[in-house]
Amino acid sequence: MAAVKETIDQVKEIDVDQYKYGFETKIESVKAPKGLDESTVRYISAQKNEPQWMLDWRLDAFQRWKAMTEPTWAKVHYPKIDFQDQYYYSAPKSTTGPKSLDDVDPQLLETYKKLGIPLREQEMLAGVQSSRVAVDAVFDSVSVVTTFKDELKKAGVIFCSFSEAVREHPELVKKYLGSVVPQSDNYYAALNAAVFSDGSFVYIPEGVRCPMELSTYFRINEKNTGQFERTLIIADRGAYVSYLEGCTAPMRDEHQLHAAVVELVALDDAEIKYSTVQNWYPGDKNGKGGIYNFVTKRGDCRGHHSKISWTQVETGSAITWKYPSCILRGDYSRGEFYSIAVSNGYQQVDSGTKMIHLGKNSSSRIISKGIAAGHSQNTYRGLVSAHRKATGVRNFTNCDSLLIGDKCGAHTVPYIEAKNSSAHFEHEATTSKISDDTLFYCRQRGLTSEEAVALVVNGFVRDVLQQLPMEFMAETQKLIGISLEGSVG
Amino acid sequence: MLEIKNLHVKLEDEDKVILKGLSLTVPKGEVHAIMGPNGSGKSTLAYVLAGRDGYEVTDGDILWNGESILDMEPDERAAKGVFLAFQYPMEIPGVAGLTFLRTATNALRKKRGQDELTTPAFLKLVKEKGAELNIDIEMLKRPVNVGFSGGEKKRSEILQMALLEPTLCVLDETDSGLDIDALRVVSDGVNALRNKDRAMLVITHYQRLLNHIVPDKVHVLADGKIQKTGGKELALELEKSGYADYTGKAA
Repeated sequence: MAAVKETIDQVKEIDVDQYKYGFETKIESVKAPKGLDESTVRYISAQKNEPQWMLDWRLDAFQRWKAMTEPTWAKVHYPKIDFQDQYYYSAPKSTTGPKSLDDVDPQLLETYKKLGIPLREQEMLAGVQSSRVAVDAVFDSVSVVTTFKDELKKAGVIFCSFSEAVREHPELVKKYLGSVVPQSDNYYAALNAAVFSDGSFVYIPEGVRCPMELSTYFRINEKNTGQFERTLIIADRGAYVSYLEGCTAPMRDEHQLHAAVVELVALDDAEIKYSTVQNWYPGDKNGKGGIYNFVTKRGDCRGHHSKISWTQVETGSAITWKYPSCILRGDYSRGEFYSIAVSNGYQQVDSGTKMIHLGKNSSSRIISKGIAAGHSQNTYRGLVSAHRKATGVRNFTNCDSLLIGDKCGAHTVPYIEAKNSSAHFEHEATTSKISDDTLFYCRQRGLTSEEAVALVVNGFVRDVLQQLPMEFMAETQKLIGISLEGSVG
Repeated sequence: MLEIKNLHVKLEDEDKVILKGLSLTVPKGEVHAIMGPNGSGKSTLAYVLAGRDGYEVTDGDILWNGESILDMEPDERAAKGVFLAFQYPMEIPGVAGLTFLRTATNALRKKRGQDELTTPAFLKLVKEKGAELNIDIEMLKRPVNVGFSGGEKKRSEILQMALLEPTLCVLDETDSGLDIDALRVVSDGVNALRNKDRAMLVITHYQRLLNHIVPDKVHVLADGKIQKTGGKELALELEKSGYADYTGKAA
């Protein structure tokens, strides 16, 4: 088939130089010595002036990590990572922690501006957007600034860098840190617990509806540096928050490691909506470079009638290993997972979710859309389970895969475990290919091949797109288009 | 004017020759019918006109308004006014008919050097065309062709044809799978779109469509060539005698 042949040729030509966030910021940094041992952990903790309890927690995690082995069950292949050949801490020299915007290095502000994230509040207010978004900007290992803090404070919302939370709100951090993802949860989570550098902390007090969208923007800049951020979000009784995370990195030939942990806690009647637009550097056309993304994200619907909703758009990273999950502990709690995972070039994605039903009458919904192009491999891996005592639980799962070209792969690995007979689980899955006939049909009506693919793919992911905050819908549609550029002839 | 000159076409992946020196001229303002038995190359002709992959033109040429279109991409041909009403229109899940048509209309307008239509202007146009053709536009709110009945699919093709304002319309077995009522709606639609600037090529198996869409000329396609050309009465003749005279065997 001519189209398929052309597809292959085109895929060969894909230059991921289309990655428009690949620039590097030249800025002086303070780094921990290369490699990882107990002194690295102590160094990081000391850099952040952490209290003893935090250091002890890290050291405990480090001991556990040393005893663990890297998991190999995911359908991803990569050369063994040398954990001693990495820097575990890097901070721009001029910033020691978040302070007022006037103190932030103008070069950093410029970097975020280039990324399309204005950090000056007046700039945001001047924008056309009617709704505002508070941003925590994390550059390599530290948070450089958090916006709209005062206004949030009036509402009683705490939104700050993790380091600041450790200093200012130790009681909250102690109470919730590791309560959803324990130190020894898995290999990468343990590594993160030992060396995590910064991240965001959010606390929404009882009955408060957070007055604006919160967002954290992660940027890896430094070479050979891993980013290990940790995010903790707590919605107290009846609270509501919507949170968005974005990520980019410069283009580099070496692989870079990103191992984050996100913990969400929703108490009675609380709701957390967590959206991610992940656009780490995916590597070049030959699969050289790119981010290794090993992330543990989990939400705990601890209270009755609580709700946690994950929405993710994954277009970047050379390797993605990520399963945002919900523990549905509370009765009548609800978990949702909406995912769009686009892979092209030599990207490998192994992603999905876990819905662990422990509470009675808890319910969950999974909508996953995987799109594979080029030579990429795209796997959905999911678990839905009902505890023996969790009666009346329901799940609906829909996993659809779309293939573009004939050198890529889509895989679906669902696990379903119902330990009581009242569970009601539904699973639907489809795999389809954008056929040459469909493309021809669109092209006969006047669309170029790229317009045709973008149209078909956007139709394919429509159910999930609708879950994204309005501000990010259009951007995401564009991002999907860019990620698939050159995927057809 | 459409001029097909000595067209030779084979399948790209196989040594199978399908069109063996087909020549045909359709002046603007005329409707020509192509009739022929199964496997005579009717659909191939439609696809080659529209520029589908998988066919190799080994000899001959296709000129539209004096310009060869053989090297043009399908979307470039569409911009030049070529429209193919598909025998089996494709489904596009998740894409509403209106979105699809607006995207296509504006893509074509851009290529033709016209301003893109705003959404309200586009909706107004759709309503007008729907009313003119007596086609309910409600179906455009659903994903393109998904779950459409045979009749709906064909009506949707005709509505698209009206909106995209082509000058060369190729209808590939538009009558297949239609009951009498649907056939009438579709034929009325096609007749409404006949005008002096438009050339139409109607490909069909059966004479009954030509009772509704009365052609200026009828061509008999068999064994990759036009075997005979005549007026509308040729269709009636074929209905009686079949294609045996042209294929050397009973069709």
